[in-house]
Amino acid sequence: MWIYEKKLQYPVRVSKCDVRMARYLMEQYGGADGELAAALRYMNQRYSIPDKVIGVLNDISTEEFAHLEMIATMIYKLTKDASVQELEAAGLGPNYAQRDHALFYQNSAGVPWTASYIQAKGDPIADLYEDIAAEEKARATYQWLIDMTDDVDLQDSLKFLREREIIHAIRFKESVQILMEEKDKKRIF
Amino acid sequence: MNSQERVWATYRGPFDPCPPVPFKTYVVPPNQYVNFQPPGLPQYPLPEALRAGTLWPAFYSPYESKAGKGKGGI
Repeated sequence: MWIYEKKLQYPVRVSKCDVRMARYLMEQYGGADGELAAALRYMNQRYSIPDKVIGVLNDISTEEFAHLEMIATMIYKLTKDASVQELEAAGLGPNYAQRDHALFYQNSAGVPWTASYIQAKGDPIADLYEDIAAEEKARATYQWLIDMTDDVDLQDSLKFLREREIIHAIRFKESVQILMEEKDKKRIF
Repeated sequence: MNSQERVWATYRGPFDPCPPVPFKTYVVPPNQYVNFQPPGLPQYPLPEALRAGTLWPAFYSPYESKAGKGKGGI
């Protein structure tokens, strides 16, 4: 069960009317290395991972949903007042044809999110290494997004999200260490 | 250039169609050097920690936009 707090994890301010960025931000919304994929990946893997690291997956998954909400806020702010012409100029014409101004889980090229973006191998080490890789890929995606805008406020929120991926990767590396140490333990029955 | 940035020179051919890029960069964030966070690391004051995205200066990774700074800012 979750308790919802009606505020964002970190403030989202967008100061430049740049509809183009909305389209690129969708990479982190419904892309392969995006926040939705991250949240669902960890939330599902936690059932088949040793007890000691379930909490890590649970907590990080929860935070990824908070990040998803921040990305949605950015996209919404950038598109809500855009005219059809502005959306078309930003490459979002096909999106308008399908769903007006609605958001959707798709990547920056308009490819809808698919569950095949995420894995669950059932092997704790394999799953955790996938998670570390996912965090590093998300960090890289944030770098490319930061490179694509000169809006310092949008950059600021994206920099926060990028740093969080770095911290998440440490936590997953620590989880691997915890599972490695377990094997040397003497068991007394 | 920040200390987390690495630089490498790309291949240059004699008949490249576009103006060459002198070098490329990538970032090695501090999480790469740590397998397990040691206890008792110095911490940022809370407002600064929120801004940085982490409680610990040891794990802070700066990144500046290739597009520079434009509109916005308080």
